[in-house]
Amino acid sequence: MSQAIAGPAPIAVELPTLSLREAWPWALFGLILMLLAVYFVGAEQGATSLISGNAVHEWVHDARHLLGFPCH
Amino acid sequence: MLTLRDFLVRGLLAGLIAGIAAFFVAYAVGEPPVAASIAIEEAAGGHDHGDEAEEAAAAADEGTEVPRPVQSTVGLATGMLVLGTALGGATGLLTGAAMGRLFSRTNVRATALAVNGVAFVTLFFVPYLIYPPNPPAVGNGETIGYRTALYFAMVALSIAGAAIALALARNLRHQIGSWYAGLAGVATYVVIAVAALGVMPRYDEVPAEGFPPSLLWEFRLSSLLVQIVLWGVIGVVLAELSHRAVAQKAAPRPTQLIDA
Repeated sequence: MSQAIAGPAPIAVELPTLSLREAWPWALFGLILMLLAVYFVGAEQGATSLISGNAVHEWVHDARHLLGFPCH
Repeated sequence: MLTLRDFLVRGLLAGLIAGIAAFFVAYAVGEPPVAASIAIEEAAGGHDHGDEAEEAAAAADEGTEVPRPVQSTVGLATGMLVLGTALGGATGLLTGAAMGRLFSRTNVRATALAVNGVAFVTLFFVPYLIYPPNPPAVGNGETIGYRTALYFAMVALSIAGAAIALALARNLRHQIGSWYAGLAGVATYVVIAVAALGVMPRYDEVPAEGFPPSLLWEFRLSSLLVQIVLWGVIGVVLAELSHRAVAQKAAPRPTQLIDA
């Protein structure tokens, strides 16, 4: 924190808060996006499979291992 | 006018940058143990990873096969960028929601870093303690469903614990002050996490023989490093972008100062 040498000390200003009531569609959008991404990187064609074959699993194989998801 | 959308966009950008950083770290320190593990796996005649010799047979068998050199570069990058962007977006939303409410009432950088720290511990580090990542050649393919369910259940318990702890800390703040409320929140999370770690079933599929312990350690350490870089970069970039967004868009009154 900076210290004022002379004059009034800088006042820490309270941050605005964002209305969550109006923002829920953005929050929902972000959450769905996140869950989809986590699912496809972390679990598709492993424990469960929406797309047949192994391409998704193999494409993200190394990332899945290194990010700590159970892989095979 | 600042909205939650501003934070979502900044979080996505921070996550993309973090995904790029995580890719380079994963490629440099994570790929060597992955390659060594796959060599052991294939020597043991295990699960196929698109080895050229087996590719044709496997292609007929299971559809597309992605060659190893693609998996370790473009494939790895895809996973890191997609996951980084998604986690960054979610963290951005949480930071926007927490701004002025949690961790700091005056410093959005502190809020962003704290949200990232909590997310790292909750989503990754605590589940890592009971279900550490395993390299190729470790893990029985038949239990993948069970292990995946346990992993995500642990993540869910950890998230629930963090939510309870944060709600408690916020409610106690006016009665006992921020410092003690924070300590109470941390203690609550630790109790819930330790209880979950004690109750959840454990498994150990590391082969008794044939897999070098030092290689397992190297792999797990590299995985931890990837996550630290991922969350660290999201935190720092999001802190800076959030601060700038607040400085520009929150339209401070002339007498207000946002510490620079």
